[in-house]
Amino acid sequence: MGYQAAFRVWRGDADGGDLHDYTVEANEGEVVLDVVHRLQATQTPDLAVRWNCKAGKCGSCSAEINGKPRLMCMTRMSTFDPDETITVTPVRTFPIIRDLVTDVSFNYEKAREIPSFTPPPDLAPGEYRMQQVDVERSQEFRKCIECFLCQNVCHVVRDHEDNKSAFAGPRYLMRIAELEMHPLDVADRRDAAQDQHGLGLCNITKCCTEVCPENIHITDNALIPMKERVAGRRYDPIVWLGNKLFRR
Amino acid sequence: MPEVERHEYDVVVIGAGGAGLRAVIEARQRGLRVAVVCKSLFGKAHTVMAEGGCAAAMGNANPHDSWQVHFQDTMRGGKFLNNWRMAELHAREAPDRVWELETYGALFDRTPDGRISQRNFGGHTYPRLAHVGDRTGLELIRTMQQKIVSLQQEDYAAHGDYEARVKVFAECTITELLVDESGRIAGAFGYWRESGRFVLFDAPAVVIATGGIGKSYKVTSNSWEYTGDGHALALRAGAALINMEFIQFHPTGMIWPPSVKGILVTEGVRGDGGVLKNSEGERFMFSYIPPVFKGQYAETEEEADRWYEDQENNRRTPDLLPRDEVARAINSEVKAGRDSPHGGVYLDIASRMPAAEIVRRLPSMHHQFLELADVDITKEPMEVGPTCHYVMGGIEVDPDTAAASVPGLFAAGECSGGMHGSNRLGGNSLSDLLVFGRRAGIGAADYVEGLTERPRATDAAIDAAARTALSPFDPAAPDSAENPYTLHAELQQSMHDLVGIIRRADEIERALAELATLRERIRNVAVEGNRQFNPGWHLALDLRNMLLVCECVARAALLRTESRGGHTRDDHPSMDAEWRRTLLVCRTDGGDRSIPDVTVTPERQQPMRPDLLALFDIDELGKYYTDEELADHPGRRS
Repeated sequence: MGYQAAFRVWRGDADGGDLHDYTVEANEGEVVLDVVHRLQATQTPDLAVRWNCKAGKCGSCSAEINGKPRLMCMTRMSTFDPDETITVTPVRTFPIIRDLVTDVSFNYEKAREIPSFTPPPDLAPGEYRMQQVDVERSQEFRKCIECFLCQNVCHVVRDHEDNKSAFAGPRYLMRIAELEMHPLDVADRRDAAQDQHGLGLCNITKCCTEVCPENIHITDNALIPMKERVAGRRYDPIVWLGNKLFRR
Repeated sequence: MPEVERHEYDVVVIGAGGAGLRAVIEARQRGLRVAVVCKSLFGKAHTVMAEGGCAAAMGNANPHDSWQVHFQDTMRGGKFLNNWRMAELHAREAPDRVWELETYGALFDRTPDGRISQRNFGGHTYPRLAHVGDRTGLELIRTMQQKIVSLQQEDYAAHGDYEARVKVFAECTITELLVDESGRIAGAFGYWRESGRFVLFDAPAVVIATGGIGKSYKVTSNSWEYTGDGHALALRAGAALINMEFIQFHPTGMIWPPSVKGILVTEGVRGDGGVLKNSEGERFMFSYIPPVFKGQYAETEEEADRWYEDQENNRRTPDLLPRDEVARAINSEVKAGRDSPHGGVYLDIASRMPAAEIVRRLPSMHHQFLELADVDITKEPMEVGPTCHYVMGGIEVDPDTAAASVPGLFAAGECSGGMHGSNRLGGNSLSDLLVFGRRAGIGAADYVEGLTERPRATDAAIDAAARTALSPFDPAAPDSAENPYTLHAELQQSMHDLVGIIRRADEIERALAELATLRERIRNVAVEGNRQFNPGWHLALDLRNMLLVCECVARAALLRTESRGGHTRDDHPSMDAEWRRTLLVCRTDGGDRSIPDVTVTPERQQPMRPDLLALFDIDELGKYYTDEELADHPGRRS
């Protein structure tokens, strides 16, 4: 069942690089990551690639396959024509380290800026009570494996480097939504979402949702509801008037 | 001196999985400065792959549950070889550790009255596993990762620096522990994977939380990081490993297509009602209830099916026997020719519950099979077979403090040994890493606070560590240079074929001979390219750890002439009470610095505290213990 697959892989580092052509064996049932591993074991032992679980659970092996942001471990070879050349390039939004490995520290920095879970002060461990239907909303977002494909594909930062400081990206705007919808969280992150994390820059093109390997409805279930909560606070005329009259 | 980036910390935690992160949280909350060093990005550790749940006797699903029952189940699962004090602490403290996670923001699935839901699992008398669908490990690691972020935010507020007291050194590999002249821990040496530059941590305490050794086997559920680094680091620093012959083969790994072979299928499938069947459609587990568990499991399909609804009046299904029993049963069915088309057995949930319910309870299993194997588990059965999953053996530690025999060295989670005896119950791993991760953090903090002066690493040791790390760029015999990927594949094949799920003396001896050859060849391992993010070089350095650990496994497996838990000897098929109280202790003894020689010594296990022993019925203990050991049991005296 095996065949010789044509692979074109970007190789290089921060100073530049280019696409290299390889012919590698591919077998039934394999995924792109299997073939990249075979390339490492037989032709390019120093080919840099990140991966961990090879089961779509850790979100390490993000790359762009024929230009589409994907997990290499969840992209089956059977989805390509055997004559097709498969091009594998590093994710584009983050700085290159080497070959398919990029510097994703942007994401960890953004993670640190989101105000953390804030439980009610009077609740002791073991006393937490929540209904399944209430936890499910945030549970959907907690399925996130942090592959950063949504961060990579989002045009707010993909095409505009200068937005990076002002925009947390879909993953961390979703984290804000997750905490806002957490049944026991008592903090209010609505102003911060808009003013510090760039929620307003998102114009709901749903690219993040399309690339999410966990099929999380990032736009519909996290970002739009979050925008509505901000609008409800900021732009409701009665709330606005109340704030004007009774400003602390 | 080589060029080395130097950092000073109070505690260095190696490994950022559940155990490591829990230790970090504890040591930081004691006010210490902590570095956490991990081979992957932060939040990618193998804990994310834990699926089914975290065992804790909270009694939410069945009020009869208690720490005593959890303790008994754990000891039974480990065939009474467990370190009973670890099993006791684990059972007593697990509920608090789970509740604590909720205060960090974790969102477990709920019972109708709003408490944490608990699921059935193999070997657990009551539904006991706190879970989030089938992605519980992800929830644990993300929760603790986010807790660490919140602690960093506190530090930012206090000091203007997120990393004032906790810093994550991601994609950084520790290659050597450093000790001072008197043998105390003085620090750790490693390299940044990205740049290949060396890094040195001056620290009086090191917590090893590096997980397991599964990448030494060909078919495994483990990720690439599981190369036995912590086991090998501890050995080389002078600590001992115990129970290394006990390796858990999880009964249900994917077997088709070949590229996914070994990927885990959660035991939650069976906990929630899934059943094992052979090619004749027979639920074969009823034929495999071993004598020690006779009477504890349902003997008819009808009773087994009633048990899901009514646990008071029925016994549990033998599909939920401990993992070692189920793995052996599957192995026997396959050998008897009743295997599925790709050499496994069927795991059927499709015929047991509505499709929507399956997708709700087991979303990642549904996704994984659909995406990787074109199998819709709501419509057809899965094909499964055993996969190397967990090493029960590990660094010998003091149960209360998680301290190893080397002063300043601590270990928690899979890389420590004793807690699970000869076989771990499903769900006891996530609780283990919470309970003992915390204890290791406390142990390390107490140790550091009790020091009057800090041990210093010698320059000679630092030089030697750097030379060893660079040796693959300059092999001793360039003409016979070895490819690290080839050596790794051969090592995995040897362990798979010769020290696998069923073992025999002659095969283990052959494995030892092959390992001896590999040991020589690893000296000539050579890598291409430079030090910048070079996977070939990284593997070359991990190989020596795998080899050292494999020698421990094989030597201990050869000595233990009985079958128990995760060690099955075809030539010694029965369990032997004398061996129950014997631990095989691995240490290093001279030889090469980089891959020292391994010795294995039988040592006597501490007898169980009488009040704990009295929890068990004398008839049950009689199946495991020698008469002499039971002379003082209340059941014998009366």
